[in-house]
Amino acid sequence: MRDVAIIGVGCTEFGELWDKSFRELFVEAGISAIEDAGIQGGKIDALYVGNMSGGRFIEQEHIGSLIADYAGLASLNIPSTRVEAACASGGLALRQGIIAVASGYHDIVIAGGAEKMTDVDAETTTDALAAAADREWEGVMGATFPGLYAMIARLHMHRYGTTSEQLASVAVKNHHNGMMNPKAQFQHEISIEAVLNSVMVADPLHVFDCSPISDGASAVVLAPAEVARKYTDTPVYVKASAQASGTLSLHDRRDITTLDATVVAAKKAYNMANVTPSDIDFAEVHDCFTIAEICAIEDLGFVRKGDGGKASQEGMTAIGGKIPINTSGGLKACGHPVGATGVKQAVEITMQLRGEAGKRQVDGAEIGLTHNVGGSGGTAVIHIFGRER
Amino acid sequence: MSVPRFWRRLKNLYNLIGTQCKKCGEYHYPPRTICPKCRRSSLIVPYKFKGLGEVLTYTIVHSAAKDYAKHTPYILAIIRLDEGPSLTSQVICDHADIHIGMKVKSTFRKLGEESEKGMIYYGTKFVPLATPPRKD
Repeated sequence: MRDVAIIGVGCTEFGELWDKSFRELFVEAGISAIEDAGIQGGKIDALYVGNMSGGRFIEQEHIGSLIADYAGLASLNIPSTRVEAACASGGLALRQGIIAVASGYHDIVIAGGAEKMTDVDAETTTDALAAAADREWEGVMGATFPGLYAMIARLHMHRYGTTSEQLASVAVKNHHNGMMNPKAQFQHEISIEAVLNSVMVADPLHVFDCSPISDGASAVVLAPAEVARKYTDTPVYVKASAQASGTLSLHDRRDITTLDATVVAAKKAYNMANVTPSDIDFAEVHDCFTIAEICAIEDLGFVRKGDGGKASQEGMTAIGGKIPINTSGGLKACGHPVGATGVKQAVEITMQLRGEAGKRQVDGAEIGLTHNVGGSGGTAVIHIFGRER
Repeated sequence: MSVPRFWRRLKNLYNLIGTQCKKCGEYHYPPRTICPKCRRSSLIVPYKFKGLGEVLTYTIVHSAAKDYAKHTPYILAIIRLDEGPSLTSQVICDHADIHIGMKVKSTFRKLGEESEKGMIYYGTKFVPLATPPRKD
């Protein structure tokens, strides 16, 4: 197996981008990634595209062909593959790209993700997202996505004493980080009181505990590590790529407050990179809801199970804290175009490791981790990246 | 959900019928065609659950997708049945009374409806096993 490096990154702004179509978004992200890498289209061996629900959001399937065509690559007949794992589609597309390069099957690969969620009404979006859970045995019983995470939150509070203020502190921190990210959907501060006074979606989660509905796209260019320096002076090396599955339904989990898929994928990733959680300098984790970030930092081993709320409230996960989490603003403030999110996390890690993250730069960032989850924990994809090979 | 998909599950949803693996004794709800423990050597038979269980966790849903929007706010819960498996359902009780550990029993209720002319879904919800003392 060959080592793999990221030699270029690109990302659109995230938000309600009414004047931009799905294909325009993806092309924008892809072009900025290949320009960043300084390569020509003819160099590309394959495309992998993360997309959760083109069929529901824009009534379009066959996304692979669409992307290749509108990226101007149809005449080159470059293979293009859509990858789907609900909200983990982007992370999984990245992983497929990495596997393709690591295996030696392809040399230069674009891994991207895109979602256009605002072309349909909010009810349709809610219903499309509910398809990430078990339609027959959760959805039919009235389960919504916030409802499932709310049940995780309720049990976490009951068992560990986690408070609504601690949940809110995750949103406040991520909005603060988003303020320093010019691509973020929300670039303003919010207060604990604003979160607690916002509309209740599914008790105990308020609307400001939830990530927004977003449009956006992101892409990275992957190359074999041994040739990465031919393209860039600042390659970012993939130190680990790991994936694990859990039960589709929340009710079938061994423990409702633990995402076993995250725990297992993290263990595999730490082994592969030969690091421990304390070696990770910063991470982008899947904060689709505030409780999800609290569970993530526990399941990734940054804090003990049950301590996630307290750690967040005490500033451990802020920039300048022991382990900065979601410097991009996370799904909460940067936005969550579901198929794009997992790749955007890698874009953020790359910018941080190159020292190009501006006001939100983490000092001395050497090793970063991304954590992308599908559904309520049916899929987890974890990557570890480093400045050194 | 489409009519055929719902129809196929009617007996399970109406009567709380799941499965049991006769090889290891494990119960499943929702029903399974393969036992996760015994896999290819599993011996699956239908099993009608007693309908008694305990609330593992819950939420009060204030904002729902369109088929359920009329019913908000409602209590969504994960219930562990006495036989072992857990399921997602709704609990019908005063919102102030719901709590983790509450003992509940199954009941036949309307789940939702698509529109005035659309399909009405029925299925199993839960109610408290013990009626709380009246407050007046």
